[in-house]
Amino acid sequence: MTLGILVLIVLGLAAIGYFMGRQRALKTSERDGRKLHSLVGYYGQSVALFTAVPALFLLAAWLFLQPVVIENSISDMIPEASVPAGGAKSLVMVDVRRIADGLGLLAAQGGVSEADLSDMRADLTNVRTRLATVGVALGSDVSPVVFKAAKAYRDIDTAATLARDIAVLVVALGFALWSWARISPSLRARNVSETFVTALLMGSSLVAILTTVGIVGSLLFESISFFKMYPASKFFLSTTWNPQFRGGSDLGFLPLLWGTLYVSFVALLVAVPIGLMIAIYLAEYAGGTLRSFAKPAIEVLAGIPTIVYGLFALITVGPFLRDWIAQPLGLGSSSSSVMTAGLVMGIMLIPFISSLSDDIINAVPQSMRDGSYGLGATQSETIKQVILPAALPGIVGAFLLAASRAIGETMIVVMGAGAAARLDLNPFEAMTTVTVKIVSQLTGDTEFASPETLVAFALGLTLFVFTLALNIVALYIVRKYREQYE
Amino acid sequence: MSESATEKALSASMERPEIKMRGTNVSVFYGAKQALYDVNLDVRENSVTALIGPSGCGKSTFLRCLNRMNDTIDICRVTGEITLDDENIYAPAIDVVELRARVGMVFQKPNPFPKSIYENIVYGPRIHGQVSTRAEMDEIVERSLMKAGLFNEVKDRLHEPGTGLSGGQQQRLCIARAIAVSPEVILMDEPCSALDPIATAKVEELIDELRVNYTIVIVTHSMQQAARVSQRTAMFHLGNLVEEGPTEKMFTNPDTKLTQDYITGRFG
Repeated sequence: MTLGILVLIVLGLAAIGYFMGRQRALKTSERDGRKLHSLVGYYGQSVALFTAVPALFLLAAWLFLQPVVIENSISDMIPEASVPAGGAKSLVMVDVRRIADGLGLLAAQGGVSEADLSDMRADLTNVRTRLATVGVALGSDVSPVVFKAAKAYRDIDTAATLARDIAVLVVALGFALWSWARISPSLRARNVSETFVTALLMGSSLVAILTTVGIVGSLLFESISFFKMYPASKFFLSTTWNPQFRGGSDLGFLPLLWGTLYVSFVALLVAVPIGLMIAIYLAEYAGGTLRSFAKPAIEVLAGIPTIVYGLFALITVGPFLRDWIAQPLGLGSSSSSVMTAGLVMGIMLIPFISSLSDDIINAVPQSMRDGSYGLGATQSETIKQVILPAALPGIVGAFLLAASRAIGETMIVVMGAGAAARLDLNPFEAMTTVTVKIVSQLTGDTEFASPETLVAFALGLTLFVFTLALNIVALYIVRKYREQYE
Repeated sequence: MSESATEKALSASMERPEIKMRGTNVSVFYGAKQALYDVNLDVRENSVTALIGPSGCGKSTFLRCLNRMNDTIDICRVTGEITLDDENIYAPAIDVVELRARVGMVFQKPNPFPKSIYENIVYGPRIHGQVSTRAEMDEIVERSLMKAGLFNEVKDRLHEPGTGLSGGQQQRLCIARAIAVSPEVILMDEPCSALDPIATAKVEELIDELRVNYTIVIVTHSMQQAARVSQRTAMFHLGNLVEEGPTEKMFTNPDTKLTQDYITGRFG
């Protein structure tokens, strides 16, 4: 039985359970809904949930554990001697799995009977050609030990899968019967289904939290192994970034941090004033029709993929700045520059600032405006002296969210600012950022366990800590803002 | 209640019952809907005029016409004439900013700015250029808070947020804020509806004292409040001015049955 069919059967049982449960609830209450503790549907739901949830949980656990257990028992069958020189046992195990899968395919498509398969021997049959006929390509001839292991693998796997199917169905049916049998008018079926819903909601939030923990964990783990190979003081304090693929690199973090901060600074310098003024205009001055058109139109900017912004930087903004500003002023001749990336990134960030600030300005109560107008203040005095100060914490929150977005941006920097790590004040020079270097260090053709590759994780972790701190500050400010008028 | 202030004001208003503001044929439209029908109402100087009537009768709308706060509502249109010292406030030559400095307003819900108490008070005088030095500001803060009867309660925390005060204190802060601009008329839109009885009593006492120096128009839902603080009362119903006269007469011997029923609680 394949996995899909098994799941379908369990779901089918759950559906049947729903109707059976409903029927039983109706019957035990003599078709009088008022005698039941809960609505009839909840009794059906309780049976359906008890049928499907434990069985599917068991199935998930089984799917997770079965390969691990089988792999462990099979790998003992392969003596160290049969592992080819320079290879690893795990590579042999990959072959074993592929052959086992191939044998299954042979049985299914090649018209080979189970008896023939068990008689088949690697030294007599050309396994490699036979498997090639069903589309399983093997790199080398199959050694008898590996073939034996593959056959054992297949046998255990078949048996385990059968056991899995039986166990899942037994659990599904067992829980279905038990929950069906216990239905009586006094059963609090609604509470049962509420509990399941609570657990489901909790489980979903757990997924997000666990993922975060996992990401941080893997970053941390790899960073630690990086710092074992490369001194942390040199990483954090050196001003040279010069990775050598033959070893002996300078992996100073400062030029990258400088590039990141410089580009982000230019971007925010563009985005914050423009975004804020857009927000003020839309929230305070623009009429309803204009606002309903302009706001979505500006938000379209946020929907443009960053690679498209990158193209814009590379093709249009970069050459323009070089030909019309940098070269005439003698500031440089590179079309990749901090200015290019910063300007384009700033445009990308405008909708973040404007949209969030607009919402925040709108959230300032009308009574504040009335109070100010009632004292004879003009509109711009009211905005400057009452509304903006009241909205300021929220606007700072928007600013920090945009800043963490700018710090994490990669594509625009690659295409706009180049890839040269440099500590320089001239905004028309090419520079690069932490994110760009993470990409280039990981996509290089070097050994994974070298400091040149692992530095990417240390960079990632530093960046993560940076943006996390910014986000925490932003959240703190936004939360504080919420208490303002109450 | 301060007896001397009441007497002084009473005698003052009896000596010269001058008309401070006069509404002539005032009609107000919100879009196509008419909210006020040809209202003719005078507001006398140095007295408290109470506007009463059931919800939605147009009393707040009329109040907001008196300092053109309705201008901030896009779909609102006002016809007729309202004068302040015989000058039409809807005339094109009138600067609405200056008008609102002369006709201040206190709102239903206390709405102090999220600034310090001190900043709340100096906000108005500063934008009108009435104060510039620190000493002048200190002086106006103390004077306004004194008049609003709040100074002793907040003198040690002038630089703490105004939003941290209690509801009644916030409302008196808003009154102090309005006074600080030295208006001639103060409009109050149900200033006590969000306050508890003790805070209400304090604000009512304050209104009675303020009448010596200011002309006050107050919208209220409380008959007792109208009777306690006002000298003249105007009754509104469904956008019409039903009856207007001295408060005492309105509450003892009203001309219309409608007013009689409303103030005795038979409808509304």
